[in-house]
Amino acid sequence: MSSSYERIFDIPIGPQHPALKEPAMLKLKVDGEHVVGVDLDVSYNHRGIEKAAEYRTYIQNLYLIERICGICNVAQTLTYCLAVESLHGKEIPARARFLRIVAEEISRINSHLLWLGVAAHEIGFDTFFMHIWLDREITLGLMEALSGNRITSSYNVIGGVRRDVTEDLLSRIRKGLDDLEPRVKRYREIAINDRSILKRTQGVGILSPADAAATSAVGPTLRASGIKSDVRADDPYSSHDQVPFNVITSDGCDAHARIIVRLDEILESIQICRHCISKLPAGPILQRLPRRAPQGEAMSRVEAPRGELFHYICSDGSDKPYRCKVSTPTLANLPALVRMLTSKGRYVVNIADVPVILASIDPCFSCAARVERTGGV
Amino acid sequence: MGIIDWAFRKSPWILHFNTGSCNGCDIEIFATLTPKYDVERLGALLKGSPRHADILVVSGPVTRQASGRILRIYEQMPDPKKVVAVGTCCISGGVFSNGGKGPCYNVYPGLDSLVPVDAYVPGCPPKPEAILDGISKVAKKAGVGCK
Ligand code: SF4
Repeated sequence: MSSSYERIFDIPIGPQHPALKEPAMLKLKVDGEHVVGVDLDVSYNHRGIEKAAEYRTYIQNLYLIERICGICNVAQTLTYCLAVESLHGKEIPARARFLRIVAEEISRINSHLLWLGVAAHEIGFDTFFMHIWLDREITLGLMEALSGNRITSSYNVIGGVRRDVTEDLLSRIRKGLDDLEPRVKRYREIAINDRSILKRTQGVGILSPADAAATSAVGPTLRASGIKSDVRADDPYSSHDQVPFNVITSDGCDAHARIIVRLDEILESIQICRHCISKLPAGPILQRLPRRAPQGEAMSRVEAPRGELFHYICSDGSDKPYRCKVSTPTLANLPALVRMLTSKGRYVVNIADVPVILASIDPCFSCAARVERTGGV
Repeated sequence: MGIIDWAFRKSPWILHFNTGSCNGCDIEIFATLTPKYDVERLGALLKGSPRHADILVVSGPVTRQASGRILRIYEQMPDPKKVVAVGTCCISGGVFSNGGKGPCYNVYPGLDSLVPVDAYVPGCPPKPEAILDGISKVAKKAGVGCK
């Protein structure tokens, strides 16, 4: 990197900024046009959920935990329920396990489409953004039909799921997926061929496989660096071992590879949904569990849309958890993000690429805000 | 009706600020901007700078970290300005208000404890139709009670 500037300037971005959808503070250190360092503050959304969870019963917590993140709320409640169920040491009915997968995959499709729209917006391709968000309404409609609400679904409950499906609803879901599939294929074609997308994303935000492993990146960010890792395949948690699916990876290691990985994952999710619907076992959807959890500790992990989501619950035998700890995928991806944002050797990061790189890990700061930074507002 | 009121009604430009939301409300606000609901047909545009905006749309419980920012943004907006609180969290702290025992340690008990609010859109998250309704009501009300 050669630059005629001697001095390094600070550029603050945030907490309210057109390129940010959530409050966060990035202090970029720039040398001319090149970013040479970044200081990240993601604590604006810190609400104290882990502490609040200690004052509520296990059932009440379901609705609190769901509100850690509105986009991946299905994954959050699923992880929480799995942890509580493993405290009880109980298996849940097979039908509930399959329905959980359906809900999880619909929310993954929704999340990836939402992200793709935002990414298109960040590179300045607003037409693409609007088209994608129109098709995203299909998945929201399916979610509403399945659970009763578009976003915050409360679909998973401790011991099973809250609502059963009818034949009618299943055929509606099938039809929704059939409508969506050609659209996603078309978007994939556009993402591969469109010159403006290629110019803005190829070679931007490079994360080598070695760096991805060293910074413990997770989810599509990791898989776009060519590392095959997916909790659904490595540690099947909800009948995933009975569902055939591929773990999508790409060797591109850049922002464009992350777009393609997510688009392919949507197609894979559609197949998973179809399989679960056709193989849906009969039986009950709920296994009632006592209000008090036995003393002990439990951990659970789930492949949320953004990567591995981890919950830890410690129980003292009462009806409230003694400690609840949540570790979210965005938090795990932040070290990788800092590496992607720092110019090093021949790899340079221009200021204009910062929003694209930031968006490429699909950040969700409301998940990541686990601590509060005191002292500066 | 003065020119400012007239202009306000026809082009209520929006600034969106997330004060610690779970993203549920944010994505519904964005859904309001996209083709299915399309708030742009009311003349509303999403703006990046507080200085260009007429209506501040706030989502999420107001966290301590974001409280200073929301005041600053509110003060940077030119008069006349309106505020729409979207979501139960923003109205009262919602699920983060510990069932009547006061809010979580980091959350304010509602946006109106910090800035005056003109419209409340309840729901968790509210449907885009409701957000649309809130914005259009505020745009119609423009001029009343403004300096
Ligand atoms: S009102 Fe509900 S959806 Fe909106 S920010 Fe609060 S918890 Fe999230």
